[in-house]
Amino acid sequence: MAITEKTPLELGPGDTARYAERPLGVFTRPQGGRGWRDWLSTVDHKRIGILYGASAMFFFLVGGVEALLIRLQLAAPEGSVLSADVYNQVYTMHGVTMVFLFIMPLAAAFANYFIPLQIGARDVAFPRLNALSYWIWLSGAIFLNTSWIVGGGGADCGWFCYSTNSGVAFSPSHGVDFYAIGLQILGIASLVSSINLIVTCLNMRAPGMTLMRMPVLTWMLLITQFLLLFALPVITVALFLLMFDRLFDAQFFNPDAGADPLLWQHLFWIFGHPEVYIIILPAFGVVSEIIPTFSRKPLFGYEFMVFSGIAIGFMGWGVWAHHMFVSGIGPISVAAFSLSTMFIAVPTGVKVLNWLATMWAGKLRFTVAMKFAVATVAMFTIGGLSGVTHSVAPADTQQTDTYYIVAHFHYVIFGGGVLGLFAGLYFWWPKVWGHFLNERLGNWNFWIMLVGFNLTFGPMHILGLQGMSRRIDTYARGYGFEFWNMAATVGSLLLAVSVMVFIWNVVKSKRDAPHLPPPGPDPWDARSLEWSIPSPVPTHNFDTVPVVHSRDEWWHTKYAEDDDGRVVRVATVEEAAQTGEATGVHLPSPSFWPLAVAVGLPLIGYGLIFNLWLALIGALVTIGSLYSWALEPVDDPDAAHDHHEEDQEAQEADDDGDEP
Amino acid sequence: MSAEAVVADQGHAADDHGHDEHATTTGLSHTKLAMWVFLGSECLLFGGLISTYLLYKTRGNGRTLPTDVFDIPFTSVSSFVLLMSSLTMVLALSAVSRGEDDAGRTWLLATALLGGVFIGGQVYEFTSFVREGVAFTTNPASSAFFTLTGFHGVHVSLGIVMLMSLYVASVKGKLTQRNAETVEIVGLYWHFVDIVWIFIFTVIYLIPAD
Repeated sequence: MAITEKTPLELGPGDTARYAERPLGVFTRPQGGRGWRDWLSTVDHKRIGILYGASAMFFFLVGGVEALLIRLQLAAPEGSVLSADVYNQVYTMHGVTMVFLFIMPLAAAFANYFIPLQIGARDVAFPRLNALSYWIWLSGAIFLNTSWIVGGGGADCGWFCYSTNSGVAFSPSHGVDFYAIGLQILGIASLVSSINLIVTCLNMRAPGMTLMRMPVLTWMLLITQFLLLFALPVITVALFLLMFDRLFDAQFFNPDAGADPLLWQHLFWIFGHPEVYIIILPAFGVVSEIIPTFSRKPLFGYEFMVFSGIAIGFMGWGVWAHHMFVSGIGPISVAAFSLSTMFIAVPTGVKVLNWLATMWAGKLRFTVAMKFAVATVAMFTIGGLSGVTHSVAPADTQQTDTYYIVAHFHYVIFGGGVLGLFAGLYFWWPKVWGHFLNERLGNWNFWIMLVGFNLTFGPMHILGLQGMSRRIDTYARGYGFEFWNMAATVGSLLLAVSVMVFIWNVVKSKRDAPHLPPPGPDPWDARSLEWSIPSPVPTHNFDTVPVVHSRDEWWHTKYAEDDDGRVVRVATVEEAAQTGEATGVHLPSPSFWPLAVAVGLPLIGYGLIFNLWLALIGALVTIGSLYSWALEPVDDPDAAHDHHEEDQEAQEADDDGDEP
Repeated sequence: MSAEAVVADQGHAADDHGHDEHATTTGLSHTKLAMWVFLGSECLLFGGLISTYLLYKTRGNGRTLPTDVFDIPFTSVSSFVLLMSSLTMVLALSAVSRGEDDAGRTWLLATALLGGVFIGGQVYEFTSFVREGVAFTTNPASSAFFTLTGFHGVHVSLGIVMLMSLYVASVKGKLTQRNAETVEIVGLYWHFVDIVWIFIFTVIYLIPAD
């Protein structure tokens, strides 16, 4: 094959993409470039990360509008903004959207973008599968939301969609069908992504990057991928059974035929509780990067942080039935799951104490990222404490299905997960885009969000203890619910304002960027490898693959201890950072086939619901695309590239020797 | 997910490693590691389905249970056929990695054929069950039985598709001693599906319901 051309694969700004003719397949093989078509065919982990992040923020707005509708309906007694039926659909889709279409993909954005950078790799293990994950996720997200238009409304069974509410008798629209099939499609995306990222973490670390030198963000993301790997098949089974019940008259959830509604609850929560940690662990990882950076101290108790993360990952599988204390699972089960739920607070507490110890006596700098990170720790602790109250089964019996539960999990998921990921957005924004987010607007964003969050979800503790049920579409006067519901609604409007401020910040920061000094490779004086390369990150990531000698490798490149044990600077950022100017680095070739594979899946979904012929067409699209993908060489022989290393070239020739 | 897709990305094993003399950190190729990780996930998929069947196996709703119509001798024979396909799979890998492409093709074809016989047996079994009054929608036990064994059947069928793809690749001269690992990885999947069947056959067919 022709590898003699010396033109680099990456094109400079202004150059247009060039498309090589491929005799095989429908599409010409795309090469590098910057047009919109290159986003459709990209296999660059950084671009895929950005796609995940942007799509997640879009669905954050969708789920946010649904949340506002809920709060407007509940602002005053006997609200009439939504009918009871639509209210059921809105809170169900709010939950599903926020969990599957916002937090998980936003965490996936961080995972895609930063795992390769933090372990010193040029891409993930399977770049095209990475693109496939994103496109399948997007197709599933769109599929799920089209149920508003073609399915007769959204799913209306709550996000955990208990049987028998999920049956055709109680949920006759197609909403639940879209839920069952949509979540299966999203599950395929997460499964493919988890396999890819696990292999990346285990197999593509730079020389010297042992497991116990990996940054904590990468560690937490790796644990998250393992949780996804093992949790998703369980909910896939549950959704499969539900789909067969609804579409093909199976008897899995029909109590009249002797079926057991608890089966769904067990399968759902065996997935559902690890899912909580799937949501929270990435935020823990983000916080574990930000707090040491802005405390100018290494993370306190790195090993404890890693192992408590692993412990959470394991114990997360043994607590699921605390969601079912009132489902009639028997006293022994209740006692066992009460105990395990109390125990899982221990590794979580270890993490909180370690973050505090990291800050202790540190040189604290309260940037917006740091404020969000500290708020994450504080708010998550509140959510964690109310969580421990649920492990006391008698108290939980009182609180089940009240607003106390709603308050608890929003403190965990919003206070822990969302605030944590916002901290990450402010922290890594200059690395991704090459300019800072405005700190002043960021402060407004932070304080309005923090106040709005507490005003929204804090009162729900009180409402719940007063006995207000979750998921009721309205309430009568005179129960004492009026004041705190109005307070929560005002809080939710503040949250909406804070998100608007964030969006304005994104726009304004980009507009102001040309007039401001660029952040450079390492604006925060940070610790891990992604800060040793230019901002924004060049397409090939690292000019030379770094060799790692210690934990916090980049910090130790910049600083050393003198004879008295004081930290002294040994290299400036300019001296130590890579320039990003390497050319001719061999990169994986883009491909349209991942997108084509993903297009077929929603067609199968619509087909299962409406007309099996459509499913056949979808299956043909997907299978045909998979075969075209398999027959397409991994590396386009026509792509221009050359090699730095002799051994790579030999290996390359070896790899492609069997191509026609 | 498609094994073809996994296999197709295999070439990247060596692209990103830089100066290390090993291609990957663990020494395993990306694709092989990915297959192991994927099979780990599959364990929970079948675990969920087997649990569902065990919960429901006696719930007949007053109608015939799957356990009432099992034909143990027949299923034993088809189980034996499937297990023998693991032997031919090993022989295929052995032949391809020794560079004996003709023998490799023969064993690949034999493996696919044995898998096909198993699937044929399953189709026969399903139709005879339906004739004896145990259909997919009869009762929770039958729904769980057909879903579990059907799911396994789909896995075997996908394996056959992979084997035939390997066969075609070999005929076209694209499958040689050098990429024998592809056969090994498909083999991992194939053996896994066989092992799952050992569980299903023991737990579902051989342990009586009482």
